[in-house]
Amino acid sequence: MEKKTHIFSILVHNKPDVLARIAGALGGKGYNIDSLCVNTTTQNDISKIVMTTAGSSAIINRIINQLQRLVDVISVDDLTNVESVHREMLMVRLNLTPQNTEAIKKAIEMNKWKVLLSGDTYTIVEITGDKTQIDFSLARLEPLGIVDITRTGLIALKLED
Amino acid sequence: MHLKGTEILLKVLEEEKVDILFGYPGGAVLDIYDQIFKSNLKHILVRHEQGAVHAADGYARATGRVGVCLVTSGPGATNAVTGIATANMDSIPLVVFTGQVPTGLIGNDAFQECDITGITRPCTKHNFLVRNVEELASTIKEAFHIARSGRPGPVLVDLPKNVMAASTDYDPEKVTFRNYETPYKPAPKKMAHVLDLLHRAKRPLIMTGGGVILGHAAAELTHLARKYEIPVTGTLMGLGSFPGSDPLWLGMLGMHGTYYANMAISHCDLMLAVGVRFDDRVTGTIETFAPDAKIVHIDIDPSSINKNVTVDLPIIGDAQSVLKDLLRFLEEHHYEQEAESRQVWIAEIEQWRKKVPLTYCQNSEVIKPQFVIETLYRITQGDALITTEVGQNQMWTAQFFHFNQPNSFISSGGLGTMGFGLPAALGVKCAFPDRLVVDIAGDGSIQMNIQELATAAQYNLAAKVVLLNNGYLGMVRQWQELFYEKRYSHTDMTYAPDFVKLAEAFGVVGLRATKPDEVERTLREGLSIDRPVLMDFRVSREECVYPMVHPGESITQMALGTREMIN
Repeated sequence: MEKKTHIFSILVHNKPDVLARIAGALGGKGYNIDSLCVNTTTQNDISKIVMTTAGSSAIINRIINQLQRLVDVISVDDLTNVESVHREMLMVRLNLTPQNTEAIKKAIEMNKWKVLLSGDTYTIVEITGDKTQIDFSLARLEPLGIVDITRTGLIALKLED
Repeated sequence: MHLKGTEILLKVLEEEKVDILFGYPGGAVLDIYDQIFKSNLKHILVRHEQGAVHAADGYARATGRVGVCLVTSGPGATNAVTGIATANMDSIPLVVFTGQVPTGLIGNDAFQECDITGITRPCTKHNFLVRNVEELASTIKEAFHIARSGRPGPVLVDLPKNVMAASTDYDPEKVTFRNYETPYKPAPKKMAHVLDLLHRAKRPLIMTGGGVILGHAAAELTHLARKYEIPVTGTLMGLGSFPGSDPLWLGMLGMHGTYYANMAISHCDLMLAVGVRFDDRVTGTIETFAPDAKIVHIDIDPSSINKNVTVDLPIIGDAQSVLKDLLRFLEEHHYEQEAESRQVWIAEIEQWRKKVPLTYCQNSEVIKPQFVIETLYRITQGDALITTEVGQNQMWTAQFFHFNQPNSFISSGGLGTMGFGLPAALGVKCAFPDRLVVDIAGDGSIQMNIQELATAAQYNLAAKVVLLNNGYLGMVRQWQELFYEKRYSHTDMTYAPDFVKLAEAFGVVGLRATKPDEVERTLREGLSIDRPVLMDFRVSREECVYPMVHPGESITQMALGTREMIN
């Protein structure tokens, strides 16, 4: 059966082990979590988890059912086929050397990347966008001498309920 | 009221109407046990924590109420895990209290510390670590609610020692917790769909499961089947949800189900599956399971729907509410079965029943295990609460004892836990001291929790053990005979204790029968003594459970033992 990536927006009670329960409920049944983003909502006792996972429609249904069985899960929303906006964030540290400084400055300017912090030997760039934009930026950064990167999971928001 | 954690625990147990606790003390629960010492709460001291959970489980299965147990931290808690997983697989409501090291020591590898909430996360319905005394009362209340609501299950509450020693203001009125239950709403469209399917069906069949017993829907299911003359088969967990002596009853289906039940499954054109989850032991190969049938699946848990078998009409709800809704709808719409086609269908099933009845070869020299169970059924007239161990003893019980009442067959179905039957029987006996309670056991399983004979003796819990002693791990040996060319790798249990002497050493009455003509006498004697009794029946060693669907085959491909394979 055809595998498709799905984006879930999950509201949960903000309890110490809620993430372990979610990871366990899926991992224990052999389902993989591809990306994950967790933070509190406007209510401190409720968190939102945005999770992406891939599977056939039967598997996706099982994942939804498994999530809904958990006592601390309030709701599970599949954003895959509804209008929603998606963002990821990437931070990259580049090494500055006499040989590459010019090229890096030029690339930052051309791509309108945001410089978070710069020192004599390094610069840190922040890039936000959807997955394609991030992947694209990463490909352009690669030849410039990446030392370290960190990338968030996907976050997503529905346009309307 | 300003109360200590230990006092709050006992207070809430009282409010939850807990009348018995199965447990085992230890360092982390000393304060709780001190409180129990000062209270009137009935406590049964088991001899191993696994026994405590199985006893609470047996109590829960027999009464339909929440079973409660208490064990200490570390090894006490890990010993309880098998019992918890057993209850989880069969959706049995339990609240398991575990002691924990003081909160300040958690994570330090303290003496007898273990992360029991982490360990039991995949095998509980939910669990809690109580971090301060203020949340103790509401957490316990919530645990009971979660255990018994919706699809029931075990809930573990981990109680750090310092939390139980601390005190706080307690006002029962103010204890609040979230409600998770979503009540069933009548679904007229779905009922109309069922009615339409019933109108079209020539060969309808009901498949009943554990959800009917857990959902207190045996009366509704029985009414539905009898009123509209629909034959009924059941899963292991469904035994007792429809009277086993009713002519419409086809017995259990699946791997060791009856020939006629499996044939009916394979030929039915409409299946009403209620409170079942289509376990692989039931369906055989999925592709050949009920190939001609429209399947209506009634279950409380949406995650059971389309998990193993793809169904035509899922109805989510507790079995009792849905069946009541269905019965009302059928009545309002004056549904009547087409008598003629129904008679043809029932006659067809009766032909299968005649062709291959559930039977075995009697022997005048050697006791047949099936004969022991048949005799037990005959002399009790089925009026007993039966627990089993796991393996051949369990399957023969399912086949040859007929259960007419729900909550009367108590067995580890999903997990298949050897050692379940004896402690479970003690839990059942605590709930029903005036009823006859029998554990039908095998010599392998009984040795897994044999220490609980001491518990039986201490409290004079007069449960009876009917031991079908063949000196083998019988079911594994059967598979070795059939699929491994009789290479009996480590299944010979001939080296075993003298069970009669062992029983006596524990303070339990021991009896033995070695010849078929001693069976009835031994049973009658054992059942008449008002003490726990172990009856050691030396049965034919290499008897197999038949019929048998070979793993990975269609349920119509049944090995019938001495008969030939029938397609």
